[in-house]
Amino acid sequence: MSKISTVSGSGIPLRGDDIDTDRIIPARFLRCVTFNGLGEHVFADDRIQLNGDHPFDLKQHQSSKVLVVNRNFGCGSSREHAPQAIARWGIQTILGESFAEIFFNNCIAIGVPCVVGDREVVLAVQDFVEANPGGKVTVDLDTLTVSYGDHTSPVTLIEGARQAFLSGKWDSCGQLVAQLDSIRDTADQLPYVTWSSIKAEA
Amino acid sequence: MSKGTLFDKVWALHTVGTLPSGQTQLFVGLHLVHEVTSPQAFAMLRERGLTVAFPYRTVATVDHIVPTDNQARPFADTLAEEMIRNLEQNCADFGIRFNNIGSGKQGIVHVIAPEQGLTQPGMVVACGDSHTSTHGAFGAISFGIGTSQVRDVLASQTLAITKPKVRRVEVNGPLPTGVYAKDVVLHIIRKLGVKGGVGYAYEYAGSTFEAMSMEERMTVCNMSIEGGARCGYVNPDAVTFNYLRGRDFAPQEDQWDAAVQWWSSLASDADAEYDDVVIFDAADIPPTVTWGITPGQGIGVTETVPTLDDMDESDRSIAAEAYNYMDLAPGQAIAGTKIDVCFIGSCTNGRLSDLQEAAKVATGHHVADGIKAFVVPGSEQVKQQAEEQGLDKIFTAAGFEWREAGCSMCLAMNPDKLTGNQISASSSNRNFKGRQGSASGRTLLMSPAMVAAAAIAGRVADVRELIKH
Repeated sequence: MSKISTVSGSGIPLRGDDIDTDRIIPARFLRCVTFNGLGEHVFADDRIQLNGDHPFDLKQHQSSKVLVVNRNFGCGSSREHAPQAIARWGIQTILGESFAEIFFNNCIAIGVPCVVGDREVVLAVQDFVEANPGGKVTVDLDTLTVSYGDHTSPVTLIEGARQAFLSGKWDSCGQLVAQLDSIRDTADQLPYVTWSSIKAEA
Repeated sequence: MSKGTLFDKVWALHTVGTLPSGQTQLFVGLHLVHEVTSPQAFAMLRERGLTVAFPYRTVATVDHIVPTDNQARPFADTLAEEMIRNLEQNCADFGIRFNNIGSGKQGIVHVIAPEQGLTQPGMVVACGDSHTSTHGAFGAISFGIGTSQVRDVLASQTLAITKPKVRRVEVNGPLPTGVYAKDVVLHIIRKLGVKGGVGYAYEYAGSTFEAMSMEERMTVCNMSIEGGARCGYVNPDAVTFNYLRGRDFAPQEDQWDAAVQWWSSLASDADAEYDDVVIFDAADIPPTVTWGITPGQGIGVTETVPTLDDMDESDRSIAAEAYNYMDLAPGQAIAGTKIDVCFIGSCTNGRLSDLQEAAKVATGHHVADGIKAFVVPGSEQVKQQAEEQGLDKIFTAAGFEWREAGCSMCLAMNPDKLTGNQISASSSNRNFKGRQGSASGRTLLMSPAMVAAAAIAGRVADVRELIKH
């Protein structure tokens, strides 16, 4: 697993509060058994409505790596298909005013840092990206800053997630499985585990 | 920092340890699996050479993709058929109990686990679905998770997670006539906002919740996530214990007293400390309808769509987007809004008591001309019980279609969808843009009784007018 300390590239602004996961990836695209191919359907219905004018369709943003969003981004469903679609489109980090919790955790699990900036900072970065398509935006997890043009502003990321990215340990599966003995000890202390077993029918 | 709450106690009992990231490794007592968020998780297990650590603590069903009219296999939708086959194979390969269609035990995952007695007080429950918050109604702490975390739970029966703060959401007093559990939770979200709960678990307390049945408590806890709270719960009490007794997976009679004693010990202490407390009066809660594109954009059925001047600055941009999308003008009365489709069902309001309340309203009336109205039981068991009570006959006589169990038009991953810019009156949980299967489809959330009233009137109507006689 790779260490993630900085993400640098051109930015893509997506303005609006409360953009939910149904909008990020509509439910019909969840009829699948792999995440392959989800990238091309990201924001599918919003893009149809805007008929080529959605940021994800604009030519100048096609190689962007840094998505810049507003409040409560990713609210709604727990579908990991949402961050998967964003990441498979090419986004490597998201700067926003705030994120919904399950979405935020799903992003950590797949190695996409979501950093939070003050409203003024986020709006300024969105303005910068719109005025300077292709202009570089750098999110630095080591210094907890976002840099764009001549500006550098502070961002936040919960410390556990920050350390996980910096140390390359953002995929928790191996760490969890390594504790199997302790897990069994914990289970043995819970009375309900013996009250009912949920065995599969033969 | 909260102290002495049910949340604190259950969290401590399930803590395996602290991870290098500072997150807690938390044991999951009940893991629920469905066909949409699990295929990639099982694939990742295989890629990594891992197996399911505790198959006896995991239960699966199929709900999102199932058709609610013709359920014959193979499904007409080949992608849906591929998903159910994938789940059947994964359950067989890893020894996981699967409640398949036709077993009598299939249904929406958040309906079947409680009705089978799988969900119990004091458990940590996890499922790859944001409405897992439903199970908090039993005094469990329950989290919706993504697919990578489904993989983690399959592989280790644990989650890497950060402890949230605990907010006590207190509602007191009897519910006024025509006001249901759905209205209570829509009111809470209206007042606290769709992101008000981010970082919190909600403890629902006070005499209003104490007087609720388990099914009503499930409706409230179900929509915690719509208020931003990943988890919501009610302390277990006699109502909880009476509901559980005798159910398939509930503790047997020789263990019953010990179970009740343990469950009771987990309830929040009288002197528990909370990170925040908010208090509402049930008398202030009206039959509520959403007018916009977030579940927080709700108003009383006799109110008008709010103007930008009525709201905080931070709510204005999404409100402006909502006026445009919904084609509703600020200042316009919501009552009388013309409806095209009426949907009764979902993990929020697809249980027996929901159908009973809707049937009471529908009795002796008929769905208005040009309205498509349908009722989707939350599970095969709900369907059977409803039919035993003759509810299906009441609905069909009134012009509603009576369907098979599934998630149906709540999220339209199956043939039940809006078309064009149709407006639905829906007992489901989300009114997001495009949620019900059409990119310009519009959703008004309300209680099942209010949906029935809308079906009869063909317009948004005040259910109190129909039940006052």
